[in-house]
Amino acid sequence: MPWVKKAKVKKSILASIIPGLASVAKRRGLAGKLVVFGAILTFLIVAMTGLSPLIVPHNPSKINVGTPLMAPNSEFPLGTDDVGRDMLSRIIAGGGVMLQVALVSVAICLVIGVPLGLFASHAGGVVDRFFSLIMDSVYAFPGIILAIAFSLVLGRGVINMAIAIAVVYVPSYFRVIRSQVLSIKESPYIEAANSIGAKTRTILRQYILPNVLPSIVVVGTVNFADAILTAAGLTFIGLGVPVNVPDWGWDLTNGRRLLPSGSWWVITFPGIMIILLALGFTLMGEGLSELLNPRLEQGGFK
Amino acid sequence: MIFILLTAVFFVMRILPGDPVQMHFEKMATPAAVSAMQAQLGMDKPLWLQYVNYLAGLFRGDLGKSMQDYSPVGQQIFSAFPATLELAICSMLVAVLIGIFLGVESSKAYNKPKDHVIRVFGIISYAIPVFFLGMLLQMVFGVWLHWLPTGGRAAPGMEPTGLAIGGLHFQTGLYTVDSLLEGNLVKFVDSVKYLLLPSLALGLVLCGIFIRLTRSNMFETMRLDFVTAAKARGLKETTVTYRYALRNAFLPVLTMMGLQFALLLGGAVLTETTFSWPGLGRYLVDRINFRDYTAIQGAVVVFGIFVSLVSLAVDLLYAYLDPRIRL
Repeated sequence: MPWVKKAKVKKSILASIIPGLASVAKRRGLAGKLVVFGAILTFLIVAMTGLSPLIVPHNPSKINVGTPLMAPNSEFPLGTDDVGRDMLSRIIAGGGVMLQVALVSVAICLVIGVPLGLFASHAGGVVDRFFSLIMDSVYAFPGIILAIAFSLVLGRGVINMAIAIAVVYVPSYFRVIRSQVLSIKESPYIEAANSIGAKTRTILRQYILPNVLPSIVVVGTVNFADAILTAAGLTFIGLGVPVNVPDWGWDLTNGRRLLPSGSWWVITFPGIMIILLALGFTLMGEGLSELLNPRLEQGGFK
Repeated sequence: MIFILLTAVFFVMRILPGDPVQMHFEKMATPAAVSAMQAQLGMDKPLWLQYVNYLAGLFRGDLGKSMQDYSPVGQQIFSAFPATLELAICSMLVAVLIGIFLGVESSKAYNKPKDHVIRVFGIISYAIPVFFLGMLLQMVFGVWLHWLPTGGRAAPGMEPTGLAIGGLHFQTGLYTVDSLLEGNLVKFVDSVKYLLLPSLALGLVLCGIFIRLTRSNMFETMRLDFVTAAKARGLKETTVTYRYALRNAFLPVLTMMGLQFALLLGGAVLTETTFSWPGLGRYLVDRINFRDYTAIQGAVVVFGIFVSLVSLAVDLLYAYLDPRIRL
């Protein structure tokens, strides 16, 4: 029964993750520590957001739980916002939208950028030049401006925002994959595969993709952080996802109006949460890029 | 490259829903008024003709008329551009200066605690949204300490007029330069005050990459023979580091400046919104709300041209600084 085997494999993977992380941290020095620290940070934030209905002290969307604009105190450890909502509860519950947007946009980038990069660079010639030209022009353009234009055109919503962000970052995937494929393409084992008459699909999937995979993981992780920051930026410009659930980006934007009154807690805590989330992914990406691909360290991705 | 982007923006903005004429009348228009305005904007013509007309105008340097207030987009962009340029130059300076300084310090203390602290700072700087940093700065220096203004480019009545000789009038639009040309130090100090926080916010967010780059390059350069020779001649540590080694380590930094410029302009849009800085980014955001196609296209074109010009300038500068490269 093949499916039994599969289930067993899955279980063993899950069981080995935690000791695996610890051993990575020990063996690989600073890079390993970065990965582990980033992973833990990210995991904690995701877990907090996921479990928020169970652990919030107040209903995060309910107004007038406390007096408006209370500074942090014993009852409301992070204060209240301008309509008297509990900031602590909003912080605990506010990561959902951003995580969803980032996740979907990275998924879109993977689904479009990776096959396109493989296909174009393997095909070469006019096809390659055509796609490279388009990707390079998008890449060279200020990302957030493109994202603004697209999210305007597409309208609001998690998926639309994710698409707008994905448009900006597909070229990063395309370029990394292309440069790798171009260097792999000429190697003898690909020639060998060609000479025994392997199909293009087989070559791309079986021979080239595994070599490119580490870079894809690195770009994807770093990109997650970028996507979160871009999503926050779009929300700040006023193009956010209109939701009635709490959102750090929205709170931060809301806090801008309240700045002159000196209520620092309304902006500080959501801002820190966004930084921590982006930092988790950045650290993982940094560490992974050093672990998986030591040569990539110098330039960085952006 | 700019051409492709322009074409994409042109068609995407028009194909998808949302109509500037409707936005203009705020949904209270009579059909007659709508079609009159569409005729005035040339929107009654077929799409391809609009496109050809627009391109033809572009080659004459005409960016078309705003669909919001009918004034020429070129002029509006022209008056908003210097503010963005000033912000961009200053924040790039902040980013590069801080980045190089910390990078050098970091490479000197390679793998010591100081090095780690600086590296962590660099990584954190990647993860900070620029508008959040901007708001924190506004909070601390504007609201609490009352040292610096939180928004705008100059105090009322403090806008510099530039250089006037007889009937001739010369103005760059860069407030710091204009106030110096005018010879008015009070205005200069005022404009620097307004410029300080936005450039600091944007510069700090971008300095991480320069720290990293300087650090790794300096570390390698400091081990080269000519540096050892300079040290052996008894030159001061600072002289060796900054005058000998940094010269070599600077070239990759310059390349990175060109590459980072697009990112910087993107950040400028958010920074301008945070600090009510009346530049191109703010213009773009304002116009986006009205679906002012021509204005948006114009801003996109100008941003694109700006980015290409800067990368060209960086290439030229590179050839000038590195004698091994000849054009």
